[in-house]
Amino acid sequence: MTTFLGMPATAPRGVGNLRGDETFPAAAHHALADDQLRRNLRHATTTIRGKSGRVIAELPDWQELRSAGSALKAFVMANLDSLLEQLEARVTAAGGVVHWAADANEANAIVLDLIRRTGSERVIKVKSMATQEIGLNEALEAGGIQPIETDLAELIVQLGNDKPSHILVPAIHRNRAEIREIFLKSMPGVDPDLTDDPPVLAAAARKYLRETFLSTTVAVSGANFGIAETGTLAVVESEGNGRMCLTLPDTLITVMGIEKVVPSWPDLEVFLQLLPRASTGERMNPYTTMWTGVTPGDGPQNFHLVLLDNGRSAVLADPAGRAALHCIRCSACLNVCPVYERTGGHAYGSVYPGPIGAVLSPQLTGVADNASLPYASSLCGACFDACPVKIDIPSMLVHLRNKVSHPAAERAAMRAAAYTMDHPKLYARAQRAAKLARIAGRRGRGLPPPFSGWTASRDLPEVPQQTFRDWWASR
Amino acid sequence: MNSKDLILGRVRAALRDAPGPVEVPRDYRRSFPAADLEVLVDRLVDYKAEVHRIGEDAIAATVGGLVGGAVVVPEGLPLSWRPQGALVDDNLTPDRIAGAAAVLTGAAVAVAETGTIVLDASPDQGRRIISLLPDVHFVVLRAAQVVASVPEAVARLDPTRPLTWISGPSATSDIELNRVEGVHGPRHLHVLLLDS
Repeated sequence: MTTFLGMPATAPRGVGNLRGDETFPAAAHHALADDQLRRNLRHATTTIRGKSGRVIAELPDWQELRSAGSALKAFVMANLDSLLEQLEARVTAAGGVVHWAADANEANAIVLDLIRRTGSERVIKVKSMATQEIGLNEALEAGGIQPIETDLAELIVQLGNDKPSHILVPAIHRNRAEIREIFLKSMPGVDPDLTDDPPVLAAAARKYLRETFLSTTVAVSGANFGIAETGTLAVVESEGNGRMCLTLPDTLITVMGIEKVVPSWPDLEVFLQLLPRASTGERMNPYTTMWTGVTPGDGPQNFHLVLLDNGRSAVLADPAGRAALHCIRCSACLNVCPVYERTGGHAYGSVYPGPIGAVLSPQLTGVADNASLPYASSLCGACFDACPVKIDIPSMLVHLRNKVSHPAAERAAMRAAAYTMDHPKLYARAQRAAKLARIAGRRGRGLPPPFSGWTASRDLPEVPQQTFRDWWASR
Repeated sequence: MNSKDLILGRVRAALRDAPGPVEVPRDYRRSFPAADLEVLVDRLVDYKAEVHRIGEDAIAATVGGLVGGAVVVPEGLPLSWRPQGALVDDNLTPDRIAGAAAVLTGAAVAVAETGTIVLDASPDQGRRIISLLPDVHFVVLRAAQVVASVPEAVARLDPTRPLTWISGPSATSDIELNRVEGVHGPRHLHVLLLDS
């Protein structure tokens, strides 16, 4: 048998941050015991839902924009190969260098090598989900390069030796008092009289990073959009740390997932209206930087674009799951999810938490490695309504649940149930027999093994005194 | 097999079901009335920018009256706009730009509906670095440069130029998801809106 090397592949194990150490129910159990975490999350998600709802209501054509965004992403997926080749050609023509990384290991090796060739021993980083996903910081540190996160929330996470818990606001699980504590403990040169007033905390970060921005010669970023027609890259941000990283260094290395390509320049008119309103609840985010290759005399004179697969082709291969690649990382689905609001992001184990993470992570890794995530949802549908590119997350969750391998006892029970329901006489007898279950499993006690796992997280319904058939027959 | 061929081969294999063709519905608003300057001002002020509605002859005096130190200006900025002691960017070092009190630039286009100003590094706007490091950014905006919506702004811009979209001063939502002004970019944004 010959192996066709071009078969779509999932993200490799042993590198990156797509797999947790424990299942979602186990991790959620710890998170639910943390009252402070739940208060912080409730406050933050309530705030953002209100803001986002107000600015979305200002646009009379929000639904039409969503439909256009959804179709544009479907177009991108259907034409991904040719769009990527076009993007490469345009970036190269504009003076950039394009690299292709099949997985996290290859991407990390490419970036490490590029940094080493500059001679710099540290890099400044713009917040990027792709580099979090591949564990770039860990790989750089192992290679003797110091990565410095410059986004305020990423800085809070890095200084606190913590993990990100939200796509947009990685330190959403921290409140102002906790952030003050982290700064006092870990930020070199911080004012000991620091208060927990948010503008004061922001000013401390400004002071701390200013010199680093001015003296570091290499930056690493992600990208929100890469335009195939022109070779233009776009990074959407708030603080200006993105502008610093994208403007000041000599060398810029951008790691972009292959699904982030956009066909043409006018298509940005759709995404630039959808993303800020769905994401931070602003009419427009404070800063967006767009660049095409290298501009002589303005900004980095060496530009490298690393195009990353790392499981994306495997997601693309499932027609019922590929729309997970439409995600523009706004995090609206996290902010409306009743499950996320209670467990927080860490419970999902992956850098992609919340509803979108529950469909994206298992597909990137293969469902076997994230088998509990498709169940981390009540299927209430709020995520679908909130998604600015109309990803039908609930249907995808159900689809993925069917791909998870179920325990033998559960499969046997379901097969028996299917057979019984197909045979009316058997079914009637089974209903009457179910009354016996009133003795076997009284409410609160659950079923005996091997079915006890099923009732550990579900209440067994009360079985009525009389079946409907018996009642009907007796009338 | 190199990684490019490997990835493109995977993508083609993943698309064996030949999805599409996909029609993109463009039913969203694509034609707009003339921009309403009052809406622009409202949006700018909402995001903590300061707006000065003045004549072109008052630019230098307005800037000079608001900041005391050096004001960086791009080489292509009209001479009549420059305040006294303007520091012309003839390839200034980052330290000198960071040490200036303010920067004064023109703009390429502005979006009323979102309160956004876009710089495209034209001669009256200069290198991206000069509008980034000083703590105060003055932007001169002509009424004719203001459009109502994002689609109109996209249509006016050339993506092959370095573009910076600015909506208010530097801000963050990272602490409890509340917007706080003033992190790494300029903490003060003054828009000099020329009415004529």
